[in-house]
Amino acid sequence: MSAGEVVGAVVASLVQVVVVVVGAPYLTGLMRQVRARMEGRAGAGVGQPARDLRKLMAKEATSPEGASWVFRAAPLVLMSTVVVLAAAVPFVTTVTPVSGASDLFAVVAVLMLGTVALTLAGLDTGTAFGGMGASREVTVLALAEPTILLAIFALSVRVGSSDLGDIVEGALATPSQLFWPASLLAAVAFAVVIVAETGRLPVDNPSTHLELTMMHEAMVLEYSGRDLGMVELASWSRLAILLGLGVNLFVPWGVATSLAPAALALGVLALVVKVCVLGAALAAFEVFMAKLRLFRVPELLAGSLLFALLAVTASFFLA
Amino acid sequence: MHKLLRTMLRVGRIAEPAGTAPAPSEAALAPTGSVQVRHVDAGSCNGCEIEIGAAFGPVYDAERYGARIVASPRHADALLVTGPVTRNLAEPLQNTYEAMPAPRRVVAIGDCARGCGAFAGAYGVVGAVGDVVPVDLEVPGCPPRPEDVVAALRELTGR
Amino acid sequence: MIQTGLWLVALGALVGAAAVVVAPERRRHVVAGSVTALVGVGGVLAGLGGLGGSTWTAVAPGLLPLGEARLAVDALSGAFLLLIGAVAVAAGVYGIGYTAPGGRHAQDLPAAHDQHLPDAAAHHASPAASRTAQATVPLFVAAMLLVPAAASVTTFLVLWELMALTSLLLVLTEHRLRASVREAGLWYAGMTHAGLVAIMTAFALVAANVGGESFDAIRAGAADLSPTVRTVALVLVLLGFGSKAGMVPLHVWLPRAHPEAPSHVSALMSAAMVKLGVYGLIRVAFDLLGGAPRWWGLLVLALGCLSALYGVLQASVAVDLKRLLAYSTSENVGLMLIGLGAAAVFAADGNRVLAGVVMAAAVLHAFNHAAFKTVLFLGAGSVLRSTGLRDLDALGGLVRRMPVTTALVAVGTLGAAALPPGNGFVSEWVLLQGLIHSVGPGGSPVVAVSIPVAVGVVALTAGLGVATFVKAFGVGFLALPRSTAAAEATESPLPMRVGMGLAAGVCLALGLLPAVAARPLDRVLGVLPEVRSIDPLADSAVTLRLNGIAGSMSPLVIAVGLVLAGTAVVALVRRLSRGVPRRVAPAWGCGAIERDPRQEYTATSFAEPLTRVFDDVLRPEQDVDVTPLAESRYLIESVTFRQRVPDRLEARIYPPLLAAATAWGRWSRRLARGSVHTYLAYGFVGLLAALLLAGVTG
Repeated sequence: MSAGEVVGAVVASLVQVVVVVVGAPYLTGLMRQVRARMEGRAGAGVGQPARDLRKLMAKEATSPEGASWVFRAAPLVLMSTVVVLAAAVPFVTTVTPVSGASDLFAVVAVLMLGTVALTLAGLDTGTAFGGMGASREVTVLALAEPTILLAIFALSVRVGSSDLGDIVEGALATPSQLFWPASLLAAVAFAVVIVAETGRLPVDNPSTHLELTMMHEAMVLEYSGRDLGMVELASWSRLAILLGLGVNLFVPWGVATSLAPAALALGVLALVVKVCVLGAALAAFEVFMAKLRLFRVPELLAGSLLFALLAVTASFFLA
Repeated sequence: MHKLLRTMLRVGRIAEPAGTAPAPSEAALAPTGSVQVRHVDAGSCNGCEIEIGAAFGPVYDAERYGARIVASPRHADALLVTGPVTRNLAEPLQNTYEAMPAPRRVVAIGDCARGCGAFAGAYGVVGAVGDVVPVDLEVPGCPPRPEDVVAALRELTGR
Repeated sequence: MIQTGLWLVALGALVGAAAVVVAPERRRHVVAGSVTALVGVGGVLAGLGGLGGSTWTAVAPGLLPLGEARLAVDALSGAFLLLIGAVAVAAGVYGIGYTAPGGRHAQDLPAAHDQHLPDAAAHHASPAASRTAQATVPLFVAAMLLVPAAASVTTFLVLWELMALTSLLLVLTEHRLRASVREAGLWYAGMTHAGLVAIMTAFALVAANVGGESFDAIRAGAADLSPTVRTVALVLVLLGFGSKAGMVPLHVWLPRAHPEAPSHVSALMSAAMVKLGVYGLIRVAFDLLGGAPRWWGLLVLALGCLSALYGVLQASVAVDLKRLLAYSTSENVGLMLIGLGAAAVFAADGNRVLAGVVMAAAVLHAFNHAAFKTVLFLGAGSVLRSTGLRDLDALGGLVRRMPVTTALVAVGTLGAAALPPGNGFVSEWVLLQGLIHSVGPGGSPVVAVSIPVAVGVVALTAGLGVATFVKAFGVGFLALPRSTAAAEATESPLPMRVGMGLAAGVCLALGLLPAVAARPLDRVLGVLPEVRSIDPLADSAVTLRLNGIAGSMSPLVIAVGLVLAGTAVVALVRRLSRGVPRRVAPAWGCGAIERDPRQEYTATSFAEPLTRVFDDVLRPEQDVDVTPLAESRYLIESVTFRQRVPDRLEARIYPPLLAAATAWGRWSRRLARGSVHTYLAYGFVGLLAALLLAGVTG
């Protein structure tokens, strides 16, 4: 790779970071708006999460007595993982500045690193709810991990590589692969994982006020001001990242395979359209859902694991 | 699911039309169009709670003005207090107020919260909300109408 | 370099042990720790020599009763010499502080569930500082270091047993303090000797059939071994070395012995000694016997999956910090065994490229595990020394009282949780890459069924590993102290911090720059032609690249990316919220007026969802005692809740075996009636039978 190409790829990565991080609050706003309209309400508007964020940045930050540096570092670590993911995952273009960061296993591990930072912060507050949220989050994480890795495995078989860029390019080259049973099964498994990892219904309710039913929210009960802003922005971005990853793995059209400005612009447009459609669909689906009992969640995840395992074996026997 | 979908299509949007935005007020936070609310029941008969619930329901839809109920005072900008403050809730109410990050506002909802209402002088009551934490806005009524609750929230959000 | 190193090991241990014995008591811990570290340095030197590509052989005829002593070092030996030597350096330096006067680790454990001895409180000096214990440590390290250098059956077995005996002595160090130590010693002695018998039988069988006991002779004659002998030998070495490595279901000694040994010895055993089980398997199956058949690979793969999953499941619900670490060792050995088993399967299928990758992953994981487990066991030792506790439910808040220890343990935790930029992630990544590339059009159906399951197991292990170590670190070190002992913890002495710091430094280096291990790993695989066709790892600067298959990953880039992103985020947030203050406020307890550490989540409650999900496997025992008030049974005075998660696998397998052994012993006692006439008759019949047998076969 020549120096010029590296610069181009770095620019493309920065574009991705900006699109994801700036777009994430509006995606969440869109999803809330879809929900509000389906409930017969008027809704706060697509820009409401962005307004919330701006307000949070100007508010006082608090640390609970007895919390250590871990509590203060966790939002930063979480936000950093989000930025790294937004730069490395092929959202807009499959060309990345450095090979070796866009490997799917690495991407999943970085995603987990962010979750772990937040769970440690939840424990660090020394409150009952912080520990409860951390414990539940970690349980779901541990059980979702095999599904996500096996789904990746199923997708990587057809291209012989677990690099995200390779997988997306492979699907663009032979779109018929996307309709193989392996891909469809993997898509189902992946969808369940996205719902679990981002704390959406039916696994977790993002707008709950009852501490006893919380998972993600219970961990962040102690954050306020800019810390809370970072945590909120990070969790919105993680939703955008996982949705973007999902659509690009299973509906890859529009992703740029070069660094030409026109292709990048088309890539950004395609990404925004696809993610918005998927997000709206997810929000509409949630309206019909009730939250599962906490101890029914493992059954859901075990079911998705079965799908992922079937996907892998299907990729071998039905290829 | 099919039935629910049909109901949705039949009912459509039932939120009442929004009135004009409120005039800028002293109680308003910086005009950000966003207010997170933590609600504390300091000893209410639950009449006010029902009206607050209605204010956040589909018809009055307080969320469209940027107000949202949150679980933790750390996330909140405004404290909605209902009822006369009973002895057992006085300290928790103060703790809740202390836990909120600045800038913060307190809204006393209902006649009990404003001046103990029917419970004035009762043995278990410490006093009105204003006797325990500084109050910025008051909503009269026993119970107050949802429109009044919404109006108070709109004053805070400035939308 | 190899020779110098090994001389340093042998002479250093002997002279050093003598020096420890004669040293005055107040200097003894310094002498013992320095000698151990020095022996470790010898191992590191020899290991670097072996990994550098040179080989070395020495023969001392007549040194051992049954034959010559024969030592040889190649790249494979070198790798394990380096690993053990490096662990010994860290543990030795650490031991200077750990066995120094002071600390609470010599007290009886207050929260232990075992029986207390009446005379326990009388001791003040740590038993780990006694003359015997201190002199045994360098001997144990030297025995471990010489095992991978052994090049004949007799030499190997003598050194193996020396290692077992010295480590047994060290496990029993604190036997006066706790009855559980004696129980652990008994289990360890039983398991390690059962393992020795298996290894000895296998070696004897092979040596008798090839007509020579040196490893060279076995290597030369291995091709002509009959399939029966080969099969029996392979099964026996798997049992023997598996029991040393902590392979489930032969792991039962591990969660007992590792917690009860003094912590620097725990680190030596868990980080270094169990790796010799893995070394033994690689040496015998892949080198001496010239490759293993496919069924053996599948068997090892299955046992590896079982070990990984069962180990991490027990670790995820463990409450005793050192027991948690011991089960996590079983888990990591399981991952190494998955690598070994997959290597055998792939090699049998003729895919040597992939076999090389997974074998490299197994060896790399041995190093990574050694590094982070050293940090963690030493860290657990620091906690134990400063608080007298290893019960996570009573710990907490150490991040403020022991900041350096906490930071170093955090590095180890990141490695153990297999998260980037920790070192455990790197080897798991290589292992997963090797596994996922095996499934594809044209492969064998057995692989297509077994490997996805193995990948699922590795993934579930990784997920539960994260849960385990979030619990260990978050509950043990963060939040508020849950006991006065934890609230009064003090930072460890300097040597202990240095020892941990060395190991943590290695963790960081292996985690950020794994590519430096590429060339040494290639040399190790050079010893094993059965599983190698090309070098598995490309020798590049920052990116770990696999040869022959598409796969590249750069932990350094991820780490640098995280740091850059973090800096940018900090700068941006500073700008956006300029002048906005931060306030330290009482924690929000939902209006709770009193804040008490007893309201916090404990390790038990943290693991409760997992205990519930895996209820069928774990079957916890729960005791709830409700004491009502005397006046009315509707009012409750106190509620006691106690939960134990016993090792169900052990309870299923071992009691029947032990009962059978006892019954057999009782039956054979009937032969000994105390009558001299009967004994003479036994002698006569025995001799007659031997002569008859000789006559018939001869």
